[in-house]
Amino acid sequence: MSEWNDRSKTKYVGQRVTRVEGPLKVSGRAKYTYDIQLPDMLYGAILGSPHAAAQVKSVDISEAERMPGVKAVHVVAGPGTNLRHQGQDVAAVAATTEQQARDALRAIRVEYEVRPHRVITQVASQDPERMEPFPALSDEAQTALRAADATIEGSYSVPVRIHTCLETHGCVVRWDGDDRFTMWCSTQAVHGVRGGMAQNQGVPAGNVRVICEHMGGGFGSKLGPGSEFAVCAALAKKAKAPVKLMRDRHTEQLTTGNGPDAHARVRAGARKDGKLAVIAADCFGTSGYSAQWGMPFPYVYRAETRAVRSRPVRTNCGSDAPLRAPMHPQACAITEQVVDELAYALGMDPLELRLANTDGVRKQQFELGAKLFGWEKRNPKPGSDGGRFRRGMGVGTSAWGGGGGPGSRVELTIHRDATIEVKLGTQDLGTGTRTYVASIVAEDLGVDISQVRAMIGDSDFGYSGASGGSTTTASVAPAVKTASLEARRQLFEKAAEMVGQPAEELDARDGKVFVSSDPSKSITFAEVCSRLGVAGIVANGTFDASLQQGGVAGVQFAEVEVDMWTGRVRPIRVLAVHDCGYWMNRLTTESQIIGGVIQGIGMALLEERKMDENTGRCLNPDLEQYKLPGPWEMPEIVPHLFETHQKVAGIGEPPVIPTAGAIANAVFHASGLRIRHLPITPRKLLEAMDERV
Amino acid sequence: MSEEKKPELSRRQFLKSVGAAAAVATVGGAAGLHKGHPETVGSPASVTPQGVGERTVSLNVNGEVHRLLLEPRMTLLDAIRDRLGLTGSKRVCDRGTCGACTVYLDGKPIYACLKLAVDCEGHKVETVESLAPDGKLNAVQQAFVNHDSLQCGFCTPGFVMCVNHLLKTNKSPSLADIKNACSGNVCRCGTYTRIFEAAESAAKAMREGA
Repeated sequence: MSEWNDRSKTKYVGQRVTRVEGPLKVSGRAKYTYDIQLPDMLYGAILGSPHAAAQVKSVDISEAERMPGVKAVHVVAGPGTNLRHQGQDVAAVAATTEQQARDALRAIRVEYEVRPHRVITQVASQDPERMEPFPALSDEAQTALRAADATIEGSYSVPVRIHTCLETHGCVVRWDGDDRFTMWCSTQAVHGVRGGMAQNQGVPAGNVRVICEHMGGGFGSKLGPGSEFAVCAALAKKAKAPVKLMRDRHTEQLTTGNGPDAHARVRAGARKDGKLAVIAADCFGTSGYSAQWGMPFPYVYRAETRAVRSRPVRTNCGSDAPLRAPMHPQACAITEQVVDELAYALGMDPLELRLANTDGVRKQQFELGAKLFGWEKRNPKPGSDGGRFRRGMGVGTSAWGGGGGPGSRVELTIHRDATIEVKLGTQDLGTGTRTYVASIVAEDLGVDISQVRAMIGDSDFGYSGASGGSTTTASVAPAVKTASLEARRQLFEKAAEMVGQPAEELDARDGKVFVSSDPSKSITFAEVCSRLGVAGIVANGTFDASLQQGGVAGVQFAEVEVDMWTGRVRPIRVLAVHDCGYWMNRLTTESQIIGGVIQGIGMALLEERKMDENTGRCLNPDLEQYKLPGPWEMPEIVPHLFETHQKVAGIGEPPVIPTAGAIANAVFHASGLRIRHLPITPRKLLEAMDERV
Repeated sequence: MSEEKKPELSRRQFLKSVGAAAAVATVGGAAGLHKGHPETVGSPASVTPQGVGERTVSLNVNGEVHRLLLEPRMTLLDAIRDRLGLTGSKRVCDRGTCGACTVYLDGKPIYACLKLAVDCEGHKVETVESLAPDGKLNAVQQAFVNHDSLQCGFCTPGFVMCVNHLLKTNKSPSLADIKNACSGNVCRCGTYTRIFEAAESAAKAMREGA
């Protein structure tokens, strides 16, 4: 059983350490998959279906094959294939230049038999077979509603959101023989992709090498080998040359995943003391054609009587993919508004109602957050601020796992030249993995972080799992720590002979190994290393469950300003109180919390995939009409790390969860207008004002 | 024969109009600093139409002149990335929305994805790689590292270029100035507030250093 270092004495671990790859990224020298260039490399491009539902009748590639620069054409959807959504892969081309590849796509003749489609969830859910009377309430639920001191009823929704990774999905594949290839890809799982690609290409897993040095965003959509990976491998094999295939923005938005929508018709009741008596709901949403959908509703808060029905709706839209805390932000946004409405119906402070329905860490966080945020200054009456610009406060909460799991294998080598290599096959999504890997080792060996080279993002290194579910740090850090402590043990054994003191009495800091009780008795790290054999010191590390713990809570408080003339909502400040256990790096942990809040602001105010039922097409598969938050939406964001224990936990997903609910509640408090359907656009607010008049 | 030529002519007309449109579409919609440069703003008639096929183009990038054989329709972004191997500038939206491809044309930030390489002959192009030619980060880059103003880092070169240009022209920018300068750029991981901090701190460092 090991323990993490005491943070009051550390130089790196738990401190504010700037990213080791920061200089590469700010100078444009970091090589992403999109930046890989190989000799004789070709460019690939994919033709997507223009129809939401169609059967392929014929595909004629003869003209495309004769186009200038074209080296390979690959048909993905041959005759008879049923296409389920716009943008679905039909055929692909590899050519000498990207423009030539795109020209050739236009020369591919595809005959489609267009079929009927459904692309809007609400429309698809009206399917007579799916229509069921709501509320189909049990006697128990009806009794509970009648007995409640206050009840509310409403319809709420969160739209489909698109991951919109800035680096599109894609890869570079180079065959190194008939049954062996190397691929660079933008992925959240180098080992997972290796296994998946070996299988779909029919080659031994050991013959596939997957490299991802840096990647431009995944958010859950890059957890496995995307369909473009297999297409790229096929093109490269056919063309007998390396191929780079990065999706264009259009098919990226259509095909590589999305966060499902959520619709809920809710009836709920609470008792005078604020306790939630009953929540009844009919929930539905779409994950595309797969028709698998569900959400954790009600979120966090428990009602004595729960009657929730959840049904998936099949649509001819791109499939969903986990999107940063899958289904939690949706469930949270709806639940937080429901409990907020109940509080107002009871004439109770919304925070008081939450306190009445929570306990433990979350309750402490609500209390602390309220104090830090100045909740008591809040005018209890919503919309009471007269005038054009009205301010309001709202609150929301999150729950997440974020513990680690076994499997990661770390190999650490101390070389005779006093440099250190740490290798493991995990990947950095932008969370700062490399930096804490180097920090842990530098701390335990008492060396400068620049002496440690953290090597990740390569399936030739020891196994590590996919980066999903906020599990990476809690899985990887314990394995690195194990290797680091083993290397330290071996280092001290070697040094013990040299300083003439037993290994147990040694410590290491600032490039020196010294006797704990008498630091004057010391030897430099470099000198110990110089006496090592050629192999240096090699230490391996595996997972140690005692160093991690899952189960984190968080709360966020938001203040917004609503312009009553234009309906524009301006976030003023967000306080994000999150339990993240023993943080590895205060700087990057805070960055992740800030990032979660900003994505939550997008969900509250801007983001929405728009589909056209007539044509079956997406109206905004781009960055100008799919609105992302920008500089002008930025409030002051204050991350507050709430420490509950000394074990590592994940923080990637939790901070995106509470924001939208907190903002929606703040908008109500400011304006007196409850916008139950996200995003809260100026138009919706203006319409609500009209209705009130 | 003349029948077959027709589409060819209309294609040229099209390219002419694209060239003119690209010239006025510059970074940072709100910033008056970023108006199109005089050379390409003008009547479309002053633009020489280009046909299909490759032609030789001289590009002055980061102080070095490169003679490249490329199609007139190739964007500046693709030319500097695919032909010169300067991959710091990124393509994200490919239509002038996100700013990840920001480079300087005669010292002013533009979207390289909206500019044809042929239109850059006779002009000076600077990419993010020019800011730290010998590997030593400039004040803006160092501030980005210090304030952790990046996560996945894909948008970072574009933001660095924007902030760097802002601080060249405004030694003491307000928060609104900074937001304005960055308003043509998009970050998905959510680092905006950290970028603002970096800009403020770099401005301070540059004032004190000067």
